[in-house]
Amino acid sequence: MKQFKNLLTVRRDNTISYGIVILAFLVIQGMIASGNISSSLKGQLVPICAYIVMAVSLNLTVGILGELSLGHAGFMSVGAFTGIVVSTSLAAAIPSAPLRLAVSMVIGGLFAGLAGVIVGIPVLRLKGDYLAIVTLAFGEIIKNIINVLYIGLDENGLHFSILQQSFTLAEGGRMIINGPMGVSGVEKISSFTSGFVLILVTLFIILNLVHSRTGRAVMSVRDNKIAAESIGISVTRCKLLAFVISAVFAGMAGTLYAMNFSTVTASKFDFNTSILILVFVVLGGLGNIWGSIIAAALLTVLPELLRSMNDYRMLIYAILLIVMMIFNNSGARKRLLEWRSARCAARNEKKEGA
Amino acid sequence: MKKPLSLLLTAAMCASLLAGCSSASTDTSASTAAAPATESASEAGSAEAQAATTESTGSVSVFKLGGTAPLTGAAAIYGNAVKNGAQIAVDEINAAGGPVQFELKYEDDENDPEKAVSAYNALKDWGMQLSLASVTTKPCEATSTEHNTDRIFGLTPSASSTAVTEGKDNVFQMCFADPNQGIASADYIADQKLGTKIAVIYRNDDVYSSGIFEKFKAEAAVKGLEIVSEQPFTDASSSDFSVQLTDAKNAGADLLFLPIYYQPASLILQQAKAMDYAPKFFGVDGMDGILTLEGFDTSLAEGVMLLTPFNADATDEKTQSFVTKYKELYGDVPNQFAADAYDCVYAYKEALEKSGATADMTAEELCDKMIETFPTLTFDGLTGTGITWDSTGAVSKSPKGMVIENGAYVGME
Repeated sequence: MKQFKNLLTVRRDNTISYGIVILAFLVIQGMIASGNISSSLKGQLVPICAYIVMAVSLNLTVGILGELSLGHAGFMSVGAFTGIVVSTSLAAAIPSAPLRLAVSMVIGGLFAGLAGVIVGIPVLRLKGDYLAIVTLAFGEIIKNIINVLYIGLDENGLHFSILQQSFTLAEGGRMIINGPMGVSGVEKISSFTSGFVLILVTLFIILNLVHSRTGRAVMSVRDNKIAAESIGISVTRCKLLAFVISAVFAGMAGTLYAMNFSTVTASKFDFNTSILILVFVVLGGLGNIWGSIIAAALLTVLPELLRSMNDYRMLIYAILLIVMMIFNNSGARKRLLEWRSARCAARNEKKEGA
Repeated sequence: MKKPLSLLLTAAMCASLLAGCSSASTDTSASTAAAPATESASEAGSAEAQAATTESTGSVSVFKLGGTAPLTGAAAIYGNAVKNGAQIAVDEINAAGGPVQFELKYEDDENDPEKAVSAYNALKDWGMQLSLASVTTKPCEATSTEHNTDRIFGLTPSASSTAVTEGKDNVFQMCFADPNQGIASADYIADQKLGTKIAVIYRNDDVYSSGIFEKFKAEAAVKGLEIVSEQPFTDASSSDFSVQLTDAKNAGADLLFLPIYYQPASLILQQAKAMDYAPKFFGVDGMDGILTLEGFDTSLAEGVMLLTPFNADATDEKTQSFVTKYKELYGDVPNQFAADAYDCVYAYKEALEKSGATADMTAEELCDKMIETFPTLTFDGLTGTGITWDSTGAVSKSPKGMVIENGAYVGME
């Protein structure tokens, strides 16, 4: 009976997560089709999708694995710049934009995953605060590396150099990443639909992982490392697995994000962005996937909705953030949840009685 | 579920009320006083109101002019300067009561391309017809692509990278493009024989600074100038320049080229003085503003040379009146950003008058007219006389060589 109940909650969580995303997609598509959407919201759709994927993937590290990571934007950055290089190089080979985006995303995700492995192996031996500081440093390192990276493309292929542009491009070649100047003139191939598909893929993989044997092993590591080890779970393997999967999706989100703007600089993916995504996760609830989705969407749209407040905009945003955090941790929310579960229980009893 | 929903709706209504208030208070043109009320109404409604005001006052056209700028955050000093400068021009034009009138709206972009695109979209929802694009370079690169897709004409006061105008027929610049500044500086130094051994300190995580430096380096090689020391710094390390200065000193540089903004430049001047290193200093337009920097000993800047399009101490009537007004309203001496924005609005006025555009035209029609008109314009403004544009959107005006003498800018020969 209990097992069955567990299965039901799992199914309910999954249904809510997919439901929110699909419903939102349909509503927005309807709004676009009927022309009832403001340009302001329309312009934010792709960034919202990217932030949702970021939040969901970070939730895997922070909520499910229980390790605080402050360098998630670093993986986004790796994915973004890899994706740009790939899509620019393949512009001639794959003329279809959605396909090219998909290929770029996969390769961007792989590179971010690779970065995840490189960082993860030494870092995951650390615990708690130390891990947080090291991931923070990782984000900064990525930012600085991309700041001195020069990549150009011409008929002879890709050219790389570090610190200074030490290659000359043949006629008709162009710079893809131009050191601190970042990337200019990206072809915008991200679309809301591609963002939607990416969210679904992310949800599918992460939700299935969480509710699988491996996912339960990861959570057991979070809850009690020694107990997990004692029953033969490889802690390092579990940690690395969750960390790398989280990095891969961050990379894919990065590609999606970068392909939505004609220009990207490494400084966008700094500490502040990492914290922003962490805020989404914390506000949505650690380990709560659909909470992350709502928090990411809401907090991305909110500053734009507050535009009419002019100079007080960011102040009000901050105050709202504090209020939401307090509410999340307050007795009010607890009572609300208790009240809801009591009502559910009452209803169930009635059913069983009948 | 109903209660939270109704609360949310009430909040939204309050917000839209506030929105009406705030734009009404910043609205300066009397003839558009009715327009903000229709802001939250449908597009069609506001267009009708617009048409009505146009009819009632005869041939007066009120154009909706928008722009995004960093009004908060680290780059706010530039954003606010541009906003204020443009506002002064709009007020003047509206007060003079010509056939072309403006309604100006600036949105905050926090110097972030993502936010800039959102701000631009918010302006589009507002019904922007003509755009002042974005103030800073990277956000402007992002918004200029949007301008191009949406066919809204953009004239940026200060985004100087070439990527802003490249491949976009409807985005124009009011400031020099970065490469032009680098080339002009190298030419100037070589032609005036100001130095032979040159050291450069530049900020390598800043598009503006590294953009100028790269072109300067290329042109210096052509002109036979020897660069003996090139030392980068980043935003994070912009407080201590002893390493860079020592390197320049040891290399025996007699001229220090500083393609950077004035805040770090002021520190460089101080620290060079402290280590008894006195080369010639040569700056670009970002150096403008150093004399008005709070707490800066202006005697340190004595003899500093710079190329800048605008000089707040110029004695001509136009500049004087602008500087006085700016000081009165905002309590600061305007920098070149404010002057560029002021010129942008007047350039728009001239172009609109010349092309015979009216405010009932759509943004797209105006865009075509502006693309046609701007390259034919010869414009006299605060930042230069005889300013012209080529069809790529780049501006052609000659930078003025200035040298600081007795705490004031003096034109160099």
